[in-house]
Amino acid sequence: MKHEFIEKNVGLLAILIIIAISLGGLVEITPLLFQKETNTPVDDLRPYTALEMEGRDIYIREGCSVCHSQMIRPFRAETERYGHYSVAGEGVWEHPFLWGSKRTGPDLARVGQRYSDAWHKIHLLNPRDVVPQSNMPGFPWLAENRLTGEDTARKLDIFKNNFGVPYTDEDIAGAKAAVEGKTEMQALIAYLQSLGHALR
Amino acid sequence: MSIFWTLWITIITLIVIIGCAVLLRAVSKNNTGVEEGQPMPHTFDGIQELNNPVPKWWMGLFWFTIVIALIYSLAFPAYTANWNGLLGWTSSDQSITSLQESKESAKTSHSQYQREMNAAEQKYGAVFKQLAYDENGVYKDLTLVAKDSDAIKVGQRLFLQNCSQCHGSDARGSTGFPNLTDNDWLYGGDPDTIKLTLMNGRQGAMPAWADILGEQGIKEVASYALQLSGRRVDLIEAKAGKERFVVCSACHGADGKGMHAVGAPNLTDTVWLYGGSRKAVEATLRNGRNGVMPAWKDVLGEDKIHLISAYVYSLSQ
Repeated sequence: MKHEFIEKNVGLLAILIIIAISLGGLVEITPLLFQKETNTPVDDLRPYTALEMEGRDIYIREGCSVCHSQMIRPFRAETERYGHYSVAGEGVWEHPFLWGSKRTGPDLARVGQRYSDAWHKIHLLNPRDVVPQSNMPGFPWLAENRLTGEDTARKLDIFKNNFGVPYTDEDIAGAKAAVEGKTEMQALIAYLQSLGHALR
Repeated sequence: MSIFWTLWITIITLIVIIGCAVLLRAVSKNNTGVEEGQPMPHTFDGIQELNNPVPKWWMGLFWFTIVIALIYSLAFPAYTANWNGLLGWTSSDQSITSLQESKESAKTSHSQYQREMNAAEQKYGAVFKQLAYDENGVYKDLTLVAKDSDAIKVGQRLFLQNCSQCHGSDARGSTGFPNLTDNDWLYGGDPDTIKLTLMNGRQGAMPAWADILGEQGIKEVASYALQLSGRRVDLIEAKAGKERFVVCSACHGADGKGMHAVGAPNLTDTVWLYGGSRKAVEATLRNGRNGVMPAWKDVLGEDKIHLISAYVYSLSQ
């Protein structure tokens, strides 16, 4: 094929470019979808409870992952502060994963059980009440908004049937009752306290 | 990693590298039919293009990247997870499935992470050993460590990193988080108890009394509790509260001086963890309190906790 021919047919050029750049993805991404390390949950991994699942959605809604990562890299400087480095087997039931790519605040991959629920509540209402130099915004509405639990069972059901997360039928049947009337604050704190539970 | 995926990666990678070389060779030949340095047979908006080849050194760089790619892919684990490349390099053990396995793997691992950890252990491990242990290899008595200014410096640094978020950088705490510099202790202030608190955490359990006492009862017991710490209150209310205090005495003691075993605070002093206003005391009685101190033994390890305990102990000395 003449060089000139490719350059003068933009559609063909685009197709050839896509083929060229997808070769990298074929080598670097596709094998990972089928590896044991990336598909086998670590021993103590458990699915999120209904309340934690709602908390996770609030974490996503409020954009927490914009400032907080959930990925401890295997460097001493990180593991000294945050705990054991993250492994792929901890994230097999994360859809989507919330690893993040920016740390304005600290990493949260193993923040669970490091602070009391009471501390989290004060901190989420106004972070400067406990960490004077913090530049994190407060989230006071979380304490006022209450969950209805309308979609909770559906969420668990999707995780079970589409992603193979081992929820039982009882989990799904009891999902609405487990979250109804709880505040968003309670849900988010439950989620935060569960983070990193499998390797802590 | 299965044979299939190893072949998959190897074949595609080699096709790409060889493809680059073939392409590079093809385009470095002059196949335009125009002599070097002469105008090409086209103009764009009156602008002519001369048939000038890419500089030799530039082409050389392209060849160089191809050679480097081959060397790199052999030196590092490029083609399969089962083979670490000629340098034997790995970043960390990603195949572990529990902390136990991680500890086992750490003993023999030569990953970059583990080498970094081992180097740090060699460098700092000795420092911790010297500060926290005596010559027989057992933990030094905390009262001794608390007098060692170097140990206190390390303990303070660790405290600031891990404890100040709740107890404050001056360790004076705030509402709901105990002040560690006074001599008032919920669970006991002798050095070994402090260490136990740090290691295993604590779970306070003041029940909610709203349903049992009722609003009037809450008022009366609050009056009695305030009277215990020397405040002026309605004497009739306080007297009624004293009668109701029987249930409270199970934890706070008949004299209201508290009980370290269950972390029940002394009500006769003027230290109030959740505030000493009538409103705060009534809220405590109404809704209960569940102060939690997290357990740190798995996060920090006993050596560091030993030094932090000494620091915390020294604060109230």
